[in-house]
Amino acid sequence: MTVTDLATRRPDFPALATRVHGKRLAYLDTAATALRPQTVIDAMVRAAQLGAPNRSVHVLAEEATAAIESARDDVAEFLGGRPDEVIFTSGTTASINLVAHAWGHAHLGPGDVVIASELEHHSNLVPWQMICAERGAELRIAPVDDAGRIQFDRVSFEHAKLVAVAHVSNVTGTIAPIAELARRARAAGALLLVDGAQAVAHLPVDVAALGCDFYAFSAHKLYGPTGTGVLWARGSVLATLPPWQGGGGMIRSVAATSSTYLDGPARFEAGTPNVIGIAGLAAALAYTRSVDLYGHTAADEARAHAGLVAAVRAAGGRIFGEPEVAVVAFDLPRIHPHDVATLADAEGVALRSGHHCAAPLHARYGAAASSRVSVGCYTGADDVAQFAAALAKLREVFP
Amino acid sequence: MSDPRALYHETIVDHDRNPRHEGPLPAATHAATADNPLCGDVVTIRFVLDNGLIADAAFEARGCALSRAAASMLTERAIGTTPDALRELASTFDQFVQGDVSGASLGELAVFEGVRAFKSRRACARLPFHAALAALGDG
Repeated sequence: MTVTDLATRRPDFPALATRVHGKRLAYLDTAATALRPQTVIDAMVRAAQLGAPNRSVHVLAEEATAAIESARDDVAEFLGGRPDEVIFTSGTTASINLVAHAWGHAHLGPGDVVIASELEHHSNLVPWQMICAERGAELRIAPVDDAGRIQFDRVSFEHAKLVAVAHVSNVTGTIAPIAELARRARAAGALLLVDGAQAVAHLPVDVAALGCDFYAFSAHKLYGPTGTGVLWARGSVLATLPPWQGGGGMIRSVAATSSTYLDGPARFEAGTPNVIGIAGLAAALAYTRSVDLYGHTAADEARAHAGLVAAVRAAGGRIFGEPEVAVVAFDLPRIHPHDVATLADAEGVALRSGHHCAAPLHARYGAAASSRVSVGCYTGADDVAQFAAALAKLREVFP
Repeated sequence: MSDPRALYHETIVDHDRNPRHEGPLPAATHAATADNPLCGDVVTIRFVLDNGLIADAAFEARGCALSRAAASMLTERAIGTTPDALRELASTFDQFVQGDVSGASLGELAVFEGVRAFKSRRACARLPFHAALAALGDG
């Protein structure tokens, strides 16, 4: 393992050299998408020269197949699961929709309940609204307190068939008590799906220790490419899921009017796999190991987190919840978040404004939108200082 | 790359901070709301039409400084004019923010020149005009 410090990690990310309105780039939008290191870009360029996996037997095709199966092993090791429990998807959204549709059609009916929370990203809320409406099931929402903690003790688990929850909120940066929730779900006879989109960049994940049944994440929040994601499904649960999308690569036999299907991940990977994206994800996992993400980088992240919180408070801002990882959403008196984002951009600071696909949570805090800053393994004190200076300069335009 | 601060002409900031004709309009004969689902901004425009003239106008807006200021200026311009004149203004403003025509005939609204360089913010300035056209029955 090569462990590096901030100064040696930064040159790994070519996007950091971008000049924004003549200023250095302070990239504080990792929660939207993490910048990609050169090793990920190189791996994708190499994979772009391979053939079609799983079909042809020539050398370039065999290499593509090997790249995918090797990546599946890497993802399994990263999550603490088995390779035959790892399904490649186009991202967290597709992973959750896969469960909602494949599992929902087979197992949800009138009188059944799905439990989600008020802080869920729309991608872990809308699919449940859709399948519950279609199956005549009830969607029950656990409220969130001022700190951003989900109050699962305020909802009944009676008739619950599945609980869907974000491991880390993309707005409040709070961590859900997954292991405790898994015990409660199991006692109620419900499965637990965890949306890990925000968690994977900040917390080590061990699906065995968490005790969940599904874990979804996207490569691009973990220094990998967009359009690539993972659904991990516990083997015993995966075996109960009918296929969702039909097509090539997922069948055992096809006759003109009926087909039989493969088992395991292949059943859910219809179509030619995204070799380029999956190779990028494998390279991203290798990068996180090489810099000892969650270990060596944690101190830098904690310093940046504290600095961002202090800068928002110094500007008179309100922070949404009490963030436990470096994802900090805020609003400022008498300046709309979109104007904050545009004026921050003028200072070279990339941050995000909007409802962050969490409209119900914003309504709970009495806001339509917020601004959000978030940290990656390349974020340092200079980025925090540039952000603090940008907030001060806002008052030159909006006194 | 244009400096984003060019978006925030002091007249725009003034209209955001000291909006003209903001609030309900109980006597309104025509009203419509427009929203931008991408950013969540919502603008409602209300008119009192009397004898073919816009006798009064008001707005309510939840949004950025650009959409609020545009709504404020729109209501100022609308009062005392005709629906057709306001339609003409909306059409000119539309072409202006896209960079197709000059702002010579737009009066104070010409301070939105900055949005020409920022495609993602043009919708903010245009939102109140969409609401106004819908209020006048133009959908």
